[in-house]
Amino acid sequence: MRPLAIAALALGIAACAAPSPRGTGDLGLVVERASGSIMLIETTGRSALGHIGGLGDLSHAAAVFSRDGRYAYVFGRDGGLTKVDLLGAKIEKRVIQAGNSIGGAISQDGRIVAVANYTPGGIRLFDARTLEPLAEVLTGAKVVGIADAPGNRFVFSLFEAGEIWIVDASQPRSPAVTKIKGIGKQPYDGFITPNGRHYIAGLFGEDGLALVDLWNPEAGARRVLSGYGRGEEPLPVYKMPHLRGWAVAGRYIFLPAIGRHEVLVLDSVTWTEAGRVAVHGQPVFAVAQPGGQRVWVNFAFPNNGVVQVIDVPAMKVVRELQPGRTVLHLEFTPRGEQAWISSRDDGAVVVYDTASYAELARLPAASPSGIFLTSRGAMTGF
Amino acid sequence: MRRLAILLALVAASAASAADGPAPARRAELLHLVRQDCGSCHGLTLKGGLGPSLEPAALAEKDAEQMSFVILRGRRGTPMPPWGAFLSEPEARWIVEQLRKGLPE
Repeated sequence: MRPLAIAALALGIAACAAPSPRGTGDLGLVVERASGSIMLIETTGRSALGHIGGLGDLSHAAAVFSRDGRYAYVFGRDGGLTKVDLLGAKIEKRVIQAGNSIGGAISQDGRIVAVANYTPGGIRLFDARTLEPLAEVLTGAKVVGIADAPGNRFVFSLFEAGEIWIVDASQPRSPAVTKIKGIGKQPYDGFITPNGRHYIAGLFGEDGLALVDLWNPEAGARRVLSGYGRGEEPLPVYKMPHLRGWAVAGRYIFLPAIGRHEVLVLDSVTWTEAGRVAVHGQPVFAVAQPGGQRVWVNFAFPNNGVVQVIDVPAMKVVRELQPGRTVLHLEFTPRGEQAWISSRDDGAVVVYDTASYAELARLPAASPSGIFLTSRGAMTGF
Repeated sequence: MRRLAILLALVAASAASAADGPAPARRAELLHLVRQDCGSCHGLTLKGGLGPSLEPAALAEKDAEQMSFVILRGRRGTPMPPWGAFLSEPEARWIVEQLRKGLPE
C-alpha cells in the first residue's frame, strides 16, 4: 500500500510540474526591438504568454519557424541567430554568425536555416537542429530578400551588384550557386510567390521589379512594371518597403511603389500592370488578408500612424485605422479573422477583428516591431 | 519699453538656442528620431545596415558641414532621403555633433 501511495504522489507531483500539453498552431512572437526581447503570444485567447530576453540587437529582426511550430529562429541585426523554444519559453541556442545581418529563411525540408548578411555580404547555412555551421556563400554585396524555394533552394538579391542568386542547398555542405546578372539597379527586397514558382525583387534604383521563373531560371530575369514612375521625380522614401508572399491576393500582386504614395497592382497571369491604388503615404507593408479580398497597408515616416485597407475588387481604400503611433508591422492569423498590428511608440500590439474592424485586444509591449505567427512554418517563402 | 523688453528677451532666447543647440524637449525628440528612424537603415545601434555605420569611429574623418548637408538634402543615387522638411540646419548640425561623440544612452 505504502509504495503505491508514494508512486501516486510522485505521479501527482510530476503531473503538476510539467506544463499541460498544448499545440503550437496558435502561437507566435512579437519582436521587442528596444529591449532585445521577444513577447510570446497566442491568438486563441489573444494574450501574451511571457517575454524572453537576451536576443541582442533586434532592430530589423525577423523570424522563421520549424515545421512543427515549436521553434523560432530569430535573426538579429547584430548577426545573432537565436533558436527559441516556444513551448519551453526559453532560448535553446544562440550563435553570433556575422557582423550585420538582415534576415533569413528555412529550407523546404526544414533542416537548413540560411541567414542573409550585410557584413560580410553573403549567406551562411546552419543545421536547423544544432545551429552547427554548414557552409558559407560570399557575395561581395549586401544580401536582401532571401526566400526559400522548392528543392531546398534559397533565392536572394544583391543590393549593390544588381543580381539574383539561386543557391541549391540540397548538399548543404557544398551548395551550388546559379547567378542571374543585370536584373536592375539596387534591389532592396524580394520575395517568392506562395506557390514557390516566381521570385520577384523590388528595385530602388529604377522604377520596376525583376521577375524570375524558378521553373525556368535559365531564362534569367525579366523586368515588370517598368517605368511606373512615369518620369516624375520620386518622393523621398524614409523607410524601405518590405516584400513577401503576402503581396499575393488571388491573381493580383500588391506592391508598394518606391517614391510614390501608391500601391501598384501586378497581374500574375499577364505580368502587366492591373492598376494602382492611391494611398496615405509611402507604403511599407502591403499585406493581403487571407482569402485575398482585402489588402492592409502601413506607411513610412512621417505618415506612420495609419493603416489603410484596400478592397481588392474595387481597387480602392475603403477603411482607415489608427492603431497608435508608428505602426511598424501587421500579421494576420492564418484564416484571416484577426489582424495583429504593432505600434512602436505607443508600446502596444493591437488586435483587430477583420470583419468588423473592432479592436479586440491591446497588449503592452516594449517598442514592438515584427509580429510572426507559427503558421509561417508551413508556408513557402516565410 | 515693454516691446523693447520682449524683443531683447527674444534675441537672448534665439542667441542661447544657437549657441547651445535645440531645447531639451526637442533634443529628446531628435535623439528618438535618430535612433528609431535613421536606425531603420543605419541600425538601431547605428552600426550600419543598408546605410553605412554612424558610429563615432566611422565618422571621425568625415566633414561635419558635409554631413549636415547630407542629412538635410539627402544623397542622390543612394536611398538616403532629405530630412530638411523635419529638421532645421542647427538641428542637423547638433545631430552630427551627437553622432561624432556617440549618442547619449
